[in-house]
Amino acid sequence: MITKRIIPCLDVRDGRVVKGVNFKGLNDVDSPVALAEYYSSCGADELVFYDITASSDGRKLFTDILTETAKKVFIPLTVGGGINTVQDFDRVLKCGADKVSVNSGAIRNPQLIKEAAELYGSQCVVLSVDVKRVNGEFHVFAKGGREDTGIEALSWIKNGVELGAGEIVVNSIDTDGVKKGFDLELLDKVCKLVNVPVIASGGAGSIQDFIDLFKAIPTIDAGLAASIFHFKEVEIVELKNEMKKQGIEVRL
Amino acid sequence: MIAIIDYGVGNLFSLTSSFKAIGYDAVITSSKEEILKADHVVLPGVGAFKDAKDKLKSSGMEEAVREVVRKGTPILGICLGMQLLFDKSYEFGEHDGLGLISGKVIPIASVVSSEYKIPQIGWNALNFKNETKLFKYIKNGDYVYFVHSYFASECEENTTSTCEYGANLTASVEKGNVYGCQFHPEKSGDVGLKILKAFSEL
Repeated sequence: MITKRIIPCLDVRDGRVVKGVNFKGLNDVDSPVALAEYYSSCGADELVFYDITASSDGRKLFTDILTETAKKVFIPLTVGGGINTVQDFDRVLKCGADKVSVNSGAIRNPQLIKEAAELYGSQCVVLSVDVKRVNGEFHVFAKGGREDTGIEALSWIKNGVELGAGEIVVNSIDTDGVKKGFDLELLDKVCKLVNVPVIASGGAGSIQDFIDLFKAIPTIDAGLAASIFHFKEVEIVELKNEMKKQGIEVRL
Repeated sequence: MIAIIDYGVGNLFSLTSSFKAIGYDAVITSSKEEILKADHVVLPGVGAFKDAKDKLKSSGMEEAVREVVRKGTPILGICLGMQLLFDKSYEFGEHDGLGLISGKVIPIASVVSSEYKIPQIGWNALNFKNETKLFKYIKNGDYVYFVHSYFASECEENTTSTCEYGANLTASVEKGNVYGCQFHPEKSGDVGLKILKAFSEL
């Protein structure tokens, strides 16, 4: 049986890992390469690196870190942040990324999903969506969750899969940083809508939150989190042991 | 020395790094001479079958692969590189493979119910079938990382492991000096590195 995946996410700026609460107030945690090695040894199933640098100097620093990581860590590596063109795909894939996640770049130009899927295959294209409730509707937010695009999130996700996205990361802004559990209502809707892997993001505060996620939505594929792993509030080994105990298929 | 065949398909960075991590020198090459000199050869591949097969042929690497197989040098096809070893693929039409192992590559969707997501992306357990030296450092039930929408069928005789994904999908094959893994050993953590180590020691 295929296992449920546990994915630590590392936001990287100027060569350092950072993580904000509700995307604001960033704190330095550790070196991305060291953290990636640590997570891999603890049983992380995959890693996500988000490049939150805007400058070209920062970009270079980021790809250097990616290369360093890919030399030492032999689990799948997804890269996101600043992916606006197929050239950006090329840049990070050459440095050791296996999958590339698009967010704002795809909102500006949805054809980017299609072009990249045709060039590199759907399995390589991850559509990451920041979602927030606005007047009872799910809206897609851009620019790291700061800007309401007014786009209805579920139709955007469906459209993204039709364009060729091979995996969806759903990040709920409403639950992100709150640590009271994943956004089960939103995630359930997404899982019923598409037949590609769906990764839950935003809101995990404890081991129980992951158990609740996988029990409530059996079709969800993975749980992603950042700060709770970085600050060791949740240890991946303990989390996976508990998942196994609860009858959830997991790689140990 | 290990030669990783470069025919313009896929990202070979992790593959090279993973051999280095276990203490073996691997070169990415499209030089026929270099490939024929190598002790071990890897045929990688991601993307679409027809495109990869065309590139293999036009780059002259198909001939190199056949020569390597004739010489008896161990060769490992990974993911699409494994699928290319078979007679035929039914990905977007019907296309001839290298015909080194008998069997055909068909959609996962044609054998599993619609609740299974396509592609299979993630970690799945290996169920050992026919014995293989590739698995001498790992155990039955160990997890490896898969990303694929098609799989090799009608090749039971040469199947060394399967994975369960609504059906028993071929995960690895072996015939003489020709080896294949549907999964990505270079992305399968310690288990994957142990498989590459066993291959490098052949």
